[in-house]
Parts: sequence; structure tokens; C-alpha cells
Amino acid sequence: MLEQQLFNALSLGCVYALFALGFTLVFGVLGVINLSHGAVFMVGAYAALEFITRLHAPLWAAILFAFAFSGAVGVLIDRLVLRPLRARGAPHLIPMIATIGLGLAMNSLVQGLFGAENQRFPSDILPDRAITFAGVSVTVLELGIILVSFALMTVLLYTLKRTQIGRALRAIAESPKAAGLLGINVEGLFMVTSLVAAGLGGVSGVLIGLYSNALFPLMGQPVMHKGIAVIILGGMGDIRGAMLAGLFLGFAEVLSVAYIGSTMRDAVAFGLLFLVLLVRPKGLFGSVQERKV
Amino acid sequence: MTAFHRIVRNSAVALAIAAALGATGVAAAAEVKIGVAEALSGGAAQYGISIRNGFQLAVDEINAAGGINGSKIELVVEDEQGKKDEAINAFKKLIFQDKVLMLFGPTLSNSAQAADPIAQASHTVVFGTSNTADGITSIGDHVFRNSVTEADVLPVTIKTAAKVAGIKKVAVLYGNDDVFTKSGYDNFKKALEDLHIPVTTTETFAKGDVDFKAQLTKIKATNPDAIVLSALLAEGAPIMVQARQLGLNVPIIGGNGMNSVKVFDLAKGSSDGLWVGSPWSIENRTPENNSFIVAYTKQFTSAPDQFAAQAYDAMHIAAAALKKVKLSGDLAKDREAVQQALPGIKWVGATGPFAFRRATDKSGKPAGYDANQTPIVSTTRGKNYEIEK
Repeated sequence: MLEQQLFNALSLGCVYALFALGFTLVFGVLGVINLSHGAVFMVGAYAALEFITRLHAPLWAAILFAFAFSGAVGVLIDRLVLRPLRARGAPHLIPMIATIGLGLAMNSLVQGLFGAENQRFPSDILPDRAITFAGVSVTVLELGIILVSFALMTVLLYTLKRTQIGRALRAIAESPKAAGLLGINVEGLFMVTSLVAAGLGGVSGVLIGLYSNALFPLMGQPVMHKGIAVIILGGMGDIRGAMLAGLFLGFAEVLSVAYIGSTMRDAVAFGLLFLVLLVRPKGLFGSVQERKV
Repeated sequence: MTAFHRIVRNSAVALAIAAALGATGVAAAAEVKIGVAEALSGGAAQYGISIRNGFQLAVDEINAAGGINGSKIELVVEDEQGKKDEAINAFKKLIFQDKVLMLFGPTLSNSAQAADPIAQASHTVVFGTSNTADGITSIGDHVFRNSVTEADVLPVTIKTAAKVAGIKKVAVLYGNDDVFTKSGYDNFKKALEDLHIPVTTTETFAKGDVDFKAQLTKIKATNPDAIVLSALLAEGAPIMVQARQLGLNVPIIGGNGMNSVKVFDLAKGSSDGLWVGSPWSIENRTPENNSFIVAYTKQFTSAPDQFAAQAYDAMHIAAAALKKVKLSGDLAKDREAVQQALPGIKWVGATGPFAFRRATDKSGKPAGYDANQTPIVSTTRGKNYEIEK
């Protein structure tokens, strides 16, 4: 039972981390808590569902499509809403409030188009029978989620630390104004970041939608609430932090169910989170004052 | 006075005259205004939309057959979004602004707890078709429902499942942050105690969870003969899939929220072995139910569910009461007359023979009216519900 619970914790932690990676990236670069990320996540899942049901496309193609589609939505959000607000020097809270509105609008739009009923991906798209491995049942999807989240973290970290574009992004994270003066194409990089972050949101929508078997217009809401906790715990804007904090929440939840009781799950998980923040108010890796990628 | 002002004034006069004529015209036709406040958006919309469709089908039938003693029923539909505060707003609008004769709704028991007192206070009949939690009808004598309460259904479901599938001990899993699933749990717990069925472990989850494997792994370790599940479909379907993935292949005994043909799609491949009790089943081949299923499928191009069936019956029950009321045009009097006429109505509809049963409030005094109906227990096999009783 313990082995199974540890595996359950690992896969749940990776589910949270997968969502939090894109979420924290936007904050790290743009300095905006993008509360439409939950809706973008949902849009990605629906985009992939439509792509699969209409074109009978394979899953990998649908995941690419979801990345592109929600990435485009992310770019539109940046162009149409966040950029004009930046240009007018709107204070910190304004873009956050604007993204709440955007989230609501997207939820309503999707509900208008597809209805409020739960939907799911076709059941034959992935083998959903579990493989039993040393007494632990494991599904292909769980392995996929674990692999993808670790791979994404590695790619993002490498890009930010070792490449030219990463150096530019880190410069922007320190100060967009100074980075602009240094000749960095700040707006261009904001656009790339929006594309990648929203694209990752869309991909996590597909994977988590496959995992929970339930797509509905408000599916992003509860995931985003957990996501906010994860990126605060990890340190706002920190990629490693998002991954670690996602795993932390996954393990805290599963182990509290296993050893304390499921009624106490959220109390224990969020109580631990609170304790960590008491000791490290900036989160595991972050520093709220200096924005950080 | 400029030409523009003259036009405005003249058209205002014309409008006023038209409105006056229109008003007398309406009075002559005397449409019967009935309010509907259901969750047409938000998480509960999959129930609310079925319910609205059920009402619409019944109203179309009633109006086509001559309406209420010659006057047509006019539905005033409000979206209460499955939220308490929106349900209160919708009730206020329907009762005070639209001046409806009576109203149906809201979709969730949660919202009914909040909004029904407004109808009670304004002496307007509120008729719930989907509120199955305890205590709703104890609000007052203007609160009616034809949804069979979980307190009536769940003991029958467990008793039948225990007898047919030989269940000796069960694990319990429920959503603890929702009035409906929590009340379902309370009723399951009471029924299990009454039937002396031991519980191996009781686990909970929260709305919006995507992963239930921690709870299910723990349940599996206690080796139960069945899982008793109080959940809505959004969480219930993934729970079924994940239980089967963990090799937990025991029967699952569900509440009202699991009784939908959507389970065959949402838990595809893992939907076998679900036991539900309900006043309505798509497999129940009575003439009334058959004609309902055919008409519904034709009008909405999808199969009806329990929520549509109960709404459909409720509208016919209300219409039967309205036919007995002589409308005086005095809204307060007419509303009271509806309240007087409704309790005596008996009806055979899609959900079978129906009558009201007086409920009591917390101090034991008579209050509103519950449904008096025998549930049907069915299990899922392949893509169908099969009736066990």
C-alpha cells in the first residue's frame, strides 16, 4: 500500500507542477499573476478534444495543437490586454484584475460553444488499463505526466540559465526598463513568454483532462487555486520552486489521506504549506522583492 | 420645441397607448406566468439544462392541449448559476418583479436552502424537482418537491444491492464540501447502521479534485465488498475509472448524482457495476415513460435523464393543480389558492405514480410537502441500466 501511495503522490505532485510551471513563468518574466491561466488550461483541453473528435487526430498531434492554440490565446491576452496596461503604467493589481475578467469571459465563451456538461477524451486514445509493476498499478498517462513535467522543468531551466534568450529574460525579470535600454527586445520576449507559458497551460489542460476524465468549462478553477498555492510555496516566478512545491503538495495531500484521514487532507496539506511559509516567507526559492525567473 | 423633441414626445404617447392596449390585451388572454430558476450555467448546468428541457416539453404539451382552462402557460426562466446568491436574486426577481403565480427551482439543494425561505415569506409556492437533501421542505408549507429524498432512496438501494450481490462490508467515499453529497453520506451512514452493515473505512474528497487514488488505495487495503459513493458525476465518473485502474473491482453503490446515462460516456470502459436507486429509469417501460422518452428525444435530440423526467412530471402535477384553481386576478389570493390545491394532486407520469407527503419542520410541526414514491434500483451493465427491483 505504501509503494502505491508514494507513486500516487509522485503523479499527483507532477500534475500540480505541470500546471504551475507555466503559471510561474508568466509571473517571473511579466510580473503579472495571470489569473486567466486556469481558463487557458481549460481552452487547451477543449482545443485538443475538438481536434481529436473532428479530425480523428492522434494524441501527440492534439497536444501540439493545444500548445499552439492556447499559446496563441496567451499572445492575444498579452497583446490586447496586458500590453496596453503596461504601456499606461497601470499599477500591479490592475493586470491581475483584468485577467480575472478574461478568465470569466473564456469560461462563458466555452460554455456557450460546448455546453456545461462534462465531456471526456475518447477512451481509445490511450490505453487506460493499469500495468502492475512490483505491486504498484501504473498507467501510461501517469508515467507520461511524470516524464513531461520533469522534462519541461529541465528544458525551461536550461533555457533560462544557459541560453542567450534566457539571459535576456533574466535581465527583463530584474528590470524591464533597464533591459530595454540595453537593447533587449522586451516586448518581443514578453510575447514569447506569453506564448510558451499559455502553451504549457494548454498542454497541462490536455494531460490533466485525460487524467481526470472530465472536461468542463470551470475545470481550470480548482486546479488554479492549488496552482497559486504551489507557486507561492515555490517562490513566485521560480521554475525549480514550482516543481518542488508541486511535489510537496502532492506528497502532503496523499500521505495525509493515507496516514491521517481524508477529511483532514486539505487542513494538513495547507497547514504544512503555511508552516513552510512561516519559516521561509519568500517561498522555497523565491524572493518577492526582486522579481526572478 | 424642436422637430426632434416633437417626434420623441409623439412616439412616447404612441408607446404609452400601445402599452395600455397591450396590457388589456394580456389581461384578456390571461397567460399563467410560472417562474423557473435553474442553474443554466456553471458546474450544475448539466442538471439545470435537463430540468429546463423537461419543463419546456411539458409546457408545450399542456399548451397544445388547451393550456390551463384555456389560458396558456408562460415560463419566465432565470439562470441561477448553481449559486446561493444568484438563486436568491432570481427568486426575488421572479416573485416581486415578474409576479409569477408559482415557481420551480432551484437546481441544487444548497441553493434551495438559501432561496426557498424567500418564496415561503412571500406566500408563493416553490416547487423543487431536483432538491433531495434533508430539511428543504421543513422551511415551510409553501415548499414542495417531487424529487424523492435521498433519505427514502438510499436505504432501498443498499438493501437491494446487499441482497442481490451478497455485500457484507462496505467502504464509504463522499464529497464533504457540498450539501448534497454530504447529506447523501448522512443518509447512507444511517441506512448502513440500520441494516447492520459494517463500514471498513470512510474517506472524503473535495469538489474539483482530479485525483482520488490516495483514498481508493486506502479503501482497497481494507478489502470491502462494495464502495458506497456519495458524489456528483463530475467526481464520481473519474472515481469509477481510477478505482478500476487500481484493481478495485467491487460494486459501487451511488446516490442520485450518479444516476445519469452520461456515466457510460464519462466512465467508459469502467462503468459496470454501479448501483443506483432513483424514482426514474430509462429502462422502466410504462406507457407514460415511453411517451416521455420519445417526445423528449425528438425535441432535444438527446436521451432524457432523471432530472428531465422529474421536471416534466412536476410541470404536469402543477398544471393539474392550476386547473383546479379559479384565478381571481388578485395575485396574493391566487398564490394561496395554488398552495391549497397542490397537496391533493395525484399523478401518474414518467416517474410512475406520484403523491405528496406532508413533511415536518425541526420541532415536528407540519411544514412543506415531500414526494411519496417508490424508487427503482438498477445496475449498469455494458451501456445500460438494468432494473433490479
